Amino acid sequence: MALTEKDVRYVAELAHLELSETEVRKFLPQLDSILQYVQKLNELDTQRVEPMAQVTFTEASHPAWREDLARPGLSRDEPLSNAPESGGGCFKVPKVIERE
Amino acid sequence: MYEPVIGLEVHVQLQTQSKIFCSCSTRFGDPPNTNVCPVCLGLPGALPVLNREAVTMAMKAALALNCAVNPRSRFARKNYFYPDLPKGYQISQYDEPLAEHGWLEIEANGARKRVGITRVHLEEDAGKSLHEGFPDSETKSYIDLNRSGVPLIEIVSEPDLRSPEEAYDYLTRLKTIMLYLEVSDCNMEEGSLRCDANVSVRPSGAANFGVKTEVKNLNSFKFLQKALTYEIERQTRILESGGAIQQETRLWDSREQKTFGMRSKEFAHDYRYFPEPDLLPLEISASWKEEVARSLPELPDARRERLVREYQLPLTDADQLASSRPLADFFEATARASKEPKLAANWILSELLYVLKEAGREITQSPVSPERLAELLRLISEGKLSGRMGKDVLGEMFRTGKPASAVMAESQLEQITDPEKIAAVIREIVAANPKQVEQYRKGKTATLGWFVGQVMKATRGQANPQVVQETLKKELG
Repeated sequence: MALTEKDVRYVAELAHLELSETEVRKFLPQLDSILQYVQKLNELDTQRVEPMAQVTFTEASHPAWREDLARPGLSRDEPLSNAPESGGGCFKVPKVIERE
Repeated sequence: MYEPVIGLEVHVQLQTQSKIFCSCSTRFGDPPNTNVCPVCLGLPGALPVLNREAVTMAMKAALALNCAVNPRSRFARKNYFYPDLPKGYQISQYDEPLAEHGWLEIEANGARKRVGITRVHLEEDAGKSLHEGFPDSETKSYIDLNRSGVPLIEIVSEPDLRSPEEAYDYLTRLKTIMLYLEVSDCNMEEGSLRCDANVSVRPSGAANFGVKTEVKNLNSFKFLQKALTYEIERQTRILESGGAIQQETRLWDSREQKTFGMRSKEFAHDYRYFPEPDLLPLEISASWKEEVARSLPELPDARRERLVREYQLPLTDADQLASSRPLADFFEATARASKEPKLAANWILSELLYVLKEAGREITQSPVSPERLAELLRLISEGKLSGRMGKDVLGEMFRTGKPASAVMAESQLEQITDPEKIAAVIREIVAANPKQVEQYRKGKTATLGWFVGQVMKATRGQANPQVVQETLKKELG
């Protein structure tokens, strides 16, 4: 196993997940097996394959531009209709900035 | 002795009509969340489509900063959690930016200095968090996503700046260039020009850099200088007392006049960049780049030098005029119309800018046009108006919008140059002040100045001072 409990805790922190000790131990082999599965790709020789960022087509064959024209977006109430909390036309969230 | 090392990361909002990846308006100041759509709200399944004009503007900026534009760059996802970033990632550019390896010349200790530009890349702006001003602001933040998806360029400098003054000069020149290019309004209050600084200090002469901190929230030129000065002193104090600098992000608090370390986990510095799969790599053809390069206007440095060459202006005047494109345009129009470039520079830089400032107006809003100002300058150079009277006439032109000749006719302000008329006034004054006349004749030549003052007073400043002097000397004998 290449992965450690420390890695699991770190990834969980980046994802804002709070894991119990039991969960850390439970997810460690699971995550590790996923990584090992993907690692299989490393067996391929990609020496002569150019890295790609997009698989469907190239910019040259399909230029995908938008001209700079503004159009109305959603109506006033739509954007906030799914928000758990809103006020003053804004989405409301728990206070975020903390300081020393 | 410690030496500061500063690099700036400047975000410039591009003044496109629509956002970078969707057609929502970029207009500032609209009611919150009224310029939003599934793309900039980050709704599942919505796909970005790149705004061509944003790329053109970014390229203009990059070329003006002497960067090499990469024929192929690509977008990447920068992952972090923050409520004003609805997708959970910002579309930016990472390992293959739009442009690299540029430079910008600043002035440092009276000499020109080249500051390296590491890169210029395109990205989308996040929304705006409102932390204050609501009844429940103690516990809640309010999010407006109108700004989400507005196109930005990030301009990263090399750590080449060595003082807060150099940083200030760099930012000023950068802003001037962006304004010349008309790619941004660079309004710091509205957030269209933002600046973060990487700051470290090291013993003078040391080869390696010290540990740096990143200072954010520098949203005015004054804050930039103050925050840098504070941060340099803070780091120097720590090092001098044998401590170590902690690498961190710090916020400038303008009320406290201090920088504070941010502890928030929201800014975890592991962004897990990866190529944006929803966008194609950005390919810039040679012809597109050529087209943009040809569209570049004359830039501030070139213009300053041309003003010196073409109009024989002193460098300081040329520098001041070239610091704003409309100001330099105004000057050139006035100089051409009046054929008096030096007079034009003087009058624009002192008198016109003064009355504009008093009235809270920009040069583009001047009620006195270059042609009208040129007419006034011709009257002055022909001796029909003294400088003193010219100021009054300009003030009146500014208030009423009338041409100089009309203002002069109305207030009978033409300069008196006829020596006979002036002599008549002088004779009256001489007759009324025998004591002063005696003093003068006894050798107290300073009394001459007093007489000049009396004549100017009697003629409401309209007498030509030179003629007054000459005639006085004759009359007083």
